[in-house]
Amino acid sequence: MPDAKIPAGPLETKWTKYKSSVRLVNPSNKRKIEVIVVGTGLAGASAAASLGELGYKVKAFCYQDSPRRAHSIAAQGGINAAKNYQNDGDSVYRLFYDTIKGGDYRAREANVYRLAEVSNNIIDQCVAQGVPFAREYGGLLSNRSFGGTQVQRTFYAAGQTGQQLLIGAYQAMERQVALGTVEMFSRHEMLEVVVIDGKARGIITRDLVTGKVERHFGHAVLLCTGGYGNVFYLSTNAMGCNVTAAWKAHRQGAYFANPCFTQIHPTCIPVSGDHQSKLTLMSESLRNDGRIWVPKKQGDNRIATEIPEDERDYFLERRYPAFGNLVPRDVASRAAKERCDAGHGVGTSKQAVFLDFADAIQRYGKAEVSKRNLGQVDAVSVTQLGKEVIKEKYGNLFDMYEKITGENPYVVPMRIYPAVHYTMGGLWVDYELMTTVTGLYCLGEANFSEHGANRLGASALMQGLADGYFVIPYTIGNYLADEVGKSHISIDHPGFMEAEKKVSKHLAELMKINGKQSVESFHKRLGKIMWDKCGMARNAEGLKQAIQEIRALKKEFWSDLRIPGKIDEMNPELDKAGRVADFLELGELMCIDALERNESCGGHFREEYQTSEGEALRDDAGYMHVAQWEYFHDQWKLHKEPLNYEVVKPSQRSYK
Amino acid sequence: MQHYNMDLTLKVWRQQNRNAQGGFETYQVKDISSEMSFLEMIDVLNEKLIHEGGDPIAFDHDCREGICGTCSMVIDGRPHGPWKGTTTCQLHMRAFKNGETIVIEPFRANSFPVLKDLVVDRKAFDRIIQAGGFISVNTGNAVDGNAIPIDKDDADNSFAAASCIGCGACVAACKNSSAMLFVSAKVSHLALLPQGAPEKSTRVAAMVDQMDKEGFGSCTNTYACEAECPKEISVMNIARLNREYLASSFNADK
Repeated sequence: MPDAKIPAGPLETKWTKYKSSVRLVNPSNKRKIEVIVVGTGLAGASAAASLGELGYKVKAFCYQDSPRRAHSIAAQGGINAAKNYQNDGDSVYRLFYDTIKGGDYRAREANVYRLAEVSNNIIDQCVAQGVPFAREYGGLLSNRSFGGTQVQRTFYAAGQTGQQLLIGAYQAMERQVALGTVEMFSRHEMLEVVVIDGKARGIITRDLVTGKVERHFGHAVLLCTGGYGNVFYLSTNAMGCNVTAAWKAHRQGAYFANPCFTQIHPTCIPVSGDHQSKLTLMSESLRNDGRIWVPKKQGDNRIATEIPEDERDYFLERRYPAFGNLVPRDVASRAAKERCDAGHGVGTSKQAVFLDFADAIQRYGKAEVSKRNLGQVDAVSVTQLGKEVIKEKYGNLFDMYEKITGENPYVVPMRIYPAVHYTMGGLWVDYELMTTVTGLYCLGEANFSEHGANRLGASALMQGLADGYFVIPYTIGNYLADEVGKSHISIDHPGFMEAEKKVSKHLAELMKINGKQSVESFHKRLGKIMWDKCGMARNAEGLKQAIQEIRALKKEFWSDLRIPGKIDEMNPELDKAGRVADFLELGELMCIDALERNESCGGHFREEYQTSEGEALRDDAGYMHVAQWEYFHDQWKLHKEPLNYEVVKPSQRSYK
Repeated sequence: MQHYNMDLTLKVWRQQNRNAQGGFETYQVKDISSEMSFLEMIDVLNEKLIHEGGDPIAFDHDCREGICGTCSMVIDGRPHGPWKGTTTCQLHMRAFKNGETIVIEPFRANSFPVLKDLVVDRKAFDRIIQAGGFISVNTGNAVDGNAIPIDKDDADNSFAAASCIGCGACVAACKNSSAMLFVSAKVSHLALLPQGAPEKSTRVAAMVDQMDKEGFGSCTNTYACEAECPKEISVMNIARLNREYLASSFNADK
């Protein structure tokens, strides 16, 4: 079993002690060491910028046309930090505790505590870079609430927090590009990790404009390539998000951890038809002010505004009075599904619930009247004032909703339904963020480490930036200190030549299938299997079927796929084919993992294991571990990393 | 809202690669739902082309929620199409009627060469940011986030400028292919914040210099950029850039 390398000593001092005793690389040696960073989202861009600042020679890669477009940019609601600016009882410990509990006791204590500790540095760093966070009239930073917490610790920039944080990291990285410490390769996709003498020594990429396959050396390789939610075809991920880099690493020996832990986000715009290519999130921050409900009567076809108050079921407020609409995502999603399955869904598909802002509009309108000292004001003006406040808080989200659905959410409630959003699983890493391949690191959503079986809102941005700005700059030195004096390996080394040959062969094999069906059609079919049988609710029978169906689909893919065009040119169909080929393998592993985990926890809900009230029923005696899957010739071997809770006492999660 | 289906004629710019001669091709699409997004309509056409053994249309797109800035296209003569304040990926088919003909082209500017079909190269924007679109602060150098209060209006205006997605529609809309709206949005975002003040004058000079080197044209204040910007970035930012630039030119020793 690989060693998680968790430092000894009390939880609160582990990271501090680690930092002050970890080995260092002196500045003149840093200049001779090359580091490859794959992916330029929050984790990748912040890592590339920070390592460049330290003096390492960095090569950064992304498949997009510019590093500024990585999908971190689409994160809406905010980023958590334990600043306690609101004086509402927050602390590093409480952020740590909420994250562990939110993850349903399936995350490592030491990692999560470190994350909570560095959260405050992230906010400071971002402000210094010029991230325009929302502010109060006094000029100080503003906060709001997110799910699974009872304090206000979320920092935000309207509904575009991810965009602003990514632009900050991107600009920091471009500054290093100008200084010559970072070399940027956009429109490049990583297709293999080069392992020489047991260590990651570089990557093979394909230039997505010319189609050229290239070799790149690095003393260490960092994968910051995001999550694999697109295995479901429909998700809130960008169209290009993929598992390929992580999967190639997995096939080279990196263990994949908890692949079945998928986050289904409760508030997304529902599917409108078969043409649907992706789903759009409506930020969790909307649950600060929006109330979720369905009609009490089954199959009620009246429009929302005609359904009187006493005929509405505010089911989250009813089931979870303490947290109400701000329960964690897994809980909210399951509750919405339960109501729809019971015949209370709304809209034409009946696969939706209402998210209603009418109360908030009135509440804010009245507050404005008193704040502006307007005296007696008619109801229309109160509503108008309230709408203005809502517009300031969530304007871009409301606009987006209207563009997609053609309905005005200031007048009628939004219709929402859960959708695949984030993957807690990923490459297994130790405390230093190194995978089971020496010298190969994994940061951000691509790794498995901090969120257990369910991620709390506004914690993904926190983790991406923590890993890139404040963790890897320390931990990588511990490895690279041994690399000092070791020379650059030529890219003509047989290890590189073989890896390149393998990639070229794989591309040629895809092209020569020359069948009839498009990549898109296979991807859609895979997504349907995954959503139906490995989605919000799973059971052993369905998972077994799914494994067979995926294997059959994979066979069909490799015998009837049609890719137009050529390898040595811009060919988006070929790019997609490679990604879907990897998703087909990952999908099978996800089902195997879900089948193996005979319990429910967080986002993993096995129908056989639930309480009488329909809540997730954990089995701590049997499954308080990280499932680590080792790849071996199209099969997998399971290893387990036990989770030891030294500080928090795991209990049945309650948000009532 | 009533949904409807439509049949359309599409005239699409096809170009094999950067150096090839391009031209328009005409395609028919049938039974397009008014609920589809514009890009989903192109997906339908591409699936049809693949099925018929043809070459699908290459176009840039990624998040499909209007924030990454990847999608482009000039639709019926307008960057990002007919809806105000909307990216191509957020444009929906209810903007069109049954039987219409839609003309689809890439963004056109010398500084944005076509790579294939509707895909253009916008690396010039990254190089402008490299010239000075940042605050020089290394990781770990920051003071407490609340140490420097920022006037809410300044913070809000800075945010409004920072909401630029770097798509390049401003360049495509401008008869001179000027990048002034893009550059001025970045200059404003950073100049409005106290953290960005120390480098104000070197930043604006370096960014304008790089913009000129990339071959973008001059700004003649037609405001076509603001009209077509999917994020409705204000031309007031251009006025601010000009002010900053003038101030910087008096700072001869910098």
